[in-house]
Amino acid sequence: MKVLVAVKRVVDYNVRIRVKSDGSGVDTDNVVMSMNPFDENGLEEALRMKQAGIATEVIAVSVGDEKSQDTLRSALAMGADRAILIKADQTPEPLGIAKLLAKVVEQEGPQVAILGKQAIDDDSNQTGQMLAALLDWSQGTFASNAEFDGDAINLTRETDTGLETIKISLPAVITTDLRLNDPRLPKLPDIMKAKKKPIDIVDASSYGIDLSPRLEVVSVAAPAEREPGIIVADAAELVNKLKEAGAL
Amino acid sequence: MSILVIAEHDNASLNASTLSTLAAAATIGGDVTVLVAGHNASAVVTETQAASGVTKVLVVDDAALADGLAENIASVVTGIAGEYSHVLTAASNFGKNFMPRVAAKLDMMQVSDIVEVVSADTFVRPIYAGNALMTVKSSDSVKLITVRSTAFDAVEATGGSAATEDLAFGVAFAGTSFVSRDVTESERPELATARIVVSGGRGVGSKEQFSIIDDLAEKLGAAVGASRAAVDSGYAPNDCQVGQTGKVVAPDIYFAIGISGAIQHQAGMRESKIIVAINKDDEAPIFQIADYGIVADLFDVVPELMQQL
Ligand SMILES: Cc1cc2nc3c(=O)[nH]c(=O)nc-3n(C[C@H](O)[C@H](O)[C@H](O)COP(=O)(O)OP(=O)(O)OC[C@H]3O[C@@H](n4cnc5c(N)ncnc54)[C@H](O)[C@@H]3O)c2cc1C
Ligand SMILES: Nc1ncnc2c1ncn2[C@@H]1O[C@H](COP(=O)(O)O)[C@@H](O)[C@H]1O
Repeated sequence: MKVLVAVKRVVDYNVRIRVKSDGSGVDTDNVVMSMNPFDENGLEEALRMKQAGIATEVIAVSVGDEKSQDTLRSALAMGADRAILIKADQTPEPLGIAKLLAKVVEQEGPQVAILGKQAIDDDSNQTGQMLAALLDWSQGTFASNAEFDGDAINLTRETDTGLETIKISLPAVITTDLRLNDPRLPKLPDIMKAKKKPIDIVDASSYGIDLSPRLEVVSVAAPAEREPGIIVADAAELVNKLKEAGAL
Repeated sequence: MSILVIAEHDNASLNASTLSTLAAAATIGGDVTVLVAGHNASAVVTETQAASGVTKVLVVDDAALADGLAENIASVVTGIAGEYSHVLTAASNFGKNFMPRVAAKLDMMQVSDIVEVVSADTFVRPIYAGNALMTVKSSDSVKLITVRSTAFDAVEATGGSAATEDLAFGVAFAGTSFVSRDVTESERPELATARIVVSGGRGVGSKEQFSIIDDLAEKLGAAVGASRAAVDSGYAPNDCQVGQTGKVVAPDIYFAIGISGAIQHQAGMRESKIIVAINKDDEAPIFQIADYGIVADLFDVVPELMQQL
């Protein structure tokens, strides 16, 4: 079976982002960009499916501008067989992304699509669930373990009270938690080989989908700073301070 | 304005996050209907009827709804959402799981994790782990929203007397079934709503040594939290994780012990009223947002603190 993995190019998680002074957005010029961490887990899971003989081909897909090719190259270096860039100068909203991915699913016919549980830039946590809905597939979200069992997956999810296991039958969408696996680091020869692997580039507009945003961004602002506090000498002083503040 | 709130519950009791979601609904203003989709959840229905500001409680009872499977909850909500101007649920694991499914079925964009209602169609939500706040205006005919519980003070749990109405469930989604649940047992208060949270990080060193965090929490009547590193290392269960990809908390006092204060951790606790940091590295970023810091070994400070309390 084929497995589709969605990978998004995002500001690296180590970067402390800056809000633009005109309130129009976040400054992404000249900052380090990487693959969304959750998508590395998605790709790793797909690669393990291939190693285990469950998957035959791993296809990485990204929606974004030309530079998302870098992210796809990283995916190829990790071990994806091929990649598709859906070119869009303005990254669509999760609904638009889900619709584009649904088209790719129609064309490629994978049995499993793996997405991250959330993109660390927009923190939407929507695209995987939306894709599952559009395809009318089962969804296994926030996965920390996935055991394949014939035509089904026993999928362990992280919940607010612990863990839960559900059985989802294929075809299905999985969204990953970081604890699903430890993504591999590509080796130098793999990085060289990845340069020769194919990336198909398709224009987002060619799918005939209305990608116009439903949410108008009115403004983007920096959150209120916290006032820096004080260093206290020891536990006794801390308890006094907390009592003075009326907190204890 | 007519608002539908989807209740979060375990068939036995209503989750406190629903009371915060009701507070967000009250800020928008209008008639508030609450959907209780579950199985043998009459106690939840009674609780929901009593919650302040609820006009009507819709009850859908079916075995297929017993375990909150997203496919089945979403199908109920998709069927009725069009009758409302807004559909709200908590930005909890439960809400995040089903709401986008509803949105896609209705061809609408969900507004995730709102922290403020500006007007009936305009909302503020954090992006980039809370390092930016984005104000968005939705043009969809139904506003589908998940609500960050800590940003809205819960409505009163009692005093209301809403009427109930039963709705029939349609057809269960064939492809997904519930297998098992492994709920972390704890005598501590719930992390999401506790007045005091004591969190431990990688600095605590091991699962055994994490008992120092549990002990302090017990002494303070506090909930136990953890950084991702502590959870990944197996010191604490996953439902203790505080942060961008864990729980968001805003207690009166938050103790960060042996936690460096990465932005992803701060995302889950920076709205706490008082932050206390105990860390042996005076350059740990947590001190930049802590109201009170102690630069010392946690294994010296915490026992002293226990004695002082
Ligand atoms: C996509 C993504 C999402 C993430 N989401 C989250 C999240 O939701 N929540 C989260 O917490 N993290 C999250 N992280 C991880 C985050 O980036 C940090 O790695 C993590 O928070 C570090 O945990 P820590 O502070 O416990 O460990 P460390 O950074 O290793 O810090 C340990 C601290 O303990 C101190 N220390 C050690 N020994 C002692 C001692 N004896 N006494 C006192 N102090 C001591 C050290 O000085 C150090 O500051 C995420 C990361 C990514 C990439
Ligand atoms: N532009 C994109 N290109 C590829 N995948 C994406 C894109 N946006 C979102 N995704 C996928 O959807 C997941 C969740 O994103 P979100 O719903 O935006 O939080 C990500 O982890 C990706 O797997």
